[in-house]
Amino acid sequence: MPATILLAISLGDFIWLVIALFIMFSALSGVVLSLTWLERKVLGRLQLRLGPTRTGPMGLMQPVADALKLILKEDIIPASSEKALFWVAPIIVVISAFMIWVTIPGTQNAVIQNLDLGLFYIIAFSVVGILGLVLAGWGSANKYGTLGGLRAAAQLISYEIPIIMVAISMAMLAQSLDLREIVNGQDDYIYFLIQPLGLALFFIAGLAEVGRTPFDIYFAESEIVGGPFVEYSGAHWSVFFLAEYINTFAIAALTVILFFGGWSGPGLTGDWGIIYFLLKVYLVIMVIFWIRGTFPRLRIDQLMAFAWKVMVPMSFLTIVMTAVYQFYGWPAWSLTAMSTTGLVVVGIVIYKKMTAPSKLVAETRSRRAALEAQRRLPATGGGD
Amino acid sequence: MAWIVFIALAVLTIGGALGVVVTRNVVHAALALLVSLIAVAGVYLVLFAEFLALVQVLIYGGAIIIVLMFAIMLTRSADYPRITDNKQWPLAALASLAFLGVLAPSFVIDRVENTQSQNASFEGIGESLFTTWAVPFEIASLVLLVALIGAIIIARSDEEEG
Repeated sequence: MPATILLAISLGDFIWLVIALFIMFSALSGVVLSLTWLERKVLGRLQLRLGPTRTGPMGLMQPVADALKLILKEDIIPASSEKALFWVAPIIVVISAFMIWVTIPGTQNAVIQNLDLGLFYIIAFSVVGILGLVLAGWGSANKYGTLGGLRAAAQLISYEIPIIMVAISMAMLAQSLDLREIVNGQDDYIYFLIQPLGLALFFIAGLAEVGRTPFDIYFAESEIVGGPFVEYSGAHWSVFFLAEYINTFAIAALTVILFFGGWSGPGLTGDWGIIYFLLKVYLVIMVIFWIRGTFPRLRIDQLMAFAWKVMVPMSFLTIVMTAVYQFYGWPAWSLTAMSTTGLVVVGIVIYKKMTAPSKLVAETRSRRAALEAQRRLPATGGGD
Repeated sequence: MAWIVFIALAVLTIGGALGVVVTRNVVHAALALLVSLIAVAGVYLVLFAEFLALVQVLIYGGAIIIVLMFAIMLTRSADYPRITDNKQWPLAALASLAFLGVLAPSFVIDRVENTQSQNASFEGIGESLFTTWAVPFEIASLVLLVALIGAIIIARSDEEEG
């Protein structure tokens, strides 16, 4: 209970809390270093390159070198920017990114402060981070920045809805918002097996929420040259970078906790389960990098249409399915069947959207060919 | 200890509210409003109402402030930071005085024994919301629906004329 932290805290507990927060901060920084290295390596392999190789064995020192470069770089603050907002924006983003991690459990005991409303807490504080992006865009007094801030607000608010709805239906399955309870509820079968639609929606919306490709629209380099980050450099920019990777890691961790049974796995008991947890999280991260290496970026109107026409109705459907299943106490396979049907519908919609442009091109070509053939016929007929 | 935390939060709340009124920049006012609203969430925590505190952060701290910023950025009001007064100020003063008049009796009448912290658990809130207060809850959602439809109608009527 957060209230007890505030009011009735002993000195020993306080010191423990400070140490735990320090450990969390260091661990997350280490995770970010590992993620940047992993991303460059994986993307390199996907594009038939080697990735970083020069700094240290297998380029392992590359993230350290990058971090040093970023810190030593000149920190430019544009003269026409709103100084206060320009300073505050990265801080809001990174604080909300770190605050989420207070209640994400690595194992049954490896959590700083387990909350009864953990899932709700995470959702509430992840919304605050959006504000940082909007402020960064506006505060840097740059057209691209403002555009990026607007895009960020529209995109992140839209995709917040499916995330919340799917999170609610998973909480309904576990009958708890406590992340540890949700993991314990998956003792018999992991929730991925009975709610695959939920996983698909959560993962897609999660990608949009942290702005990973194909949803990196609010800082699209080739369109708005970095969006809210366009005027940031050096240490300020690296703070945004840090927050982005921590959020990516958080989405992967939440996916694992909600759908893949968290730290549970065969063979390991107790706190050793963290090995399974990290393994699963890094597997999800690899999928995220894989998607980045394979998919092109969406357009902003496609993105919003997809959010409101597919994601939101389907996420409401997820809740209805779960509620019916819970209320009538149907067998687990019935929810699997319902959910898979929904997943197939989403798959068909995505496939149609993806193939629509090429179909349009083919149609136009065939029509043009028909027209030309028609034109040629009278020409040959009327000639000598 | 609770008193110290409460006083700190109260100062933040009132300071933020003052900032909203005093500052001449609309974006700064929005930020000050954020500080004030988040501090209110802190007050809820002191009162052991965790659920309410999180709802406050999610809806007011997150969604409403972002929509506010969105509106400020879309209109060009941020380009005219000097205009803060308009002709509605006597009406606004009257309204706030009337609100103070409603609030003042609650300071005078001591109701401490009636407002002891009940164990407002998350399950308890949900249960009473969907049993005892089911009808008001549904009416509230109807009101929201009406607002949504109204917004669509207003937006569409522009389209037809233009």
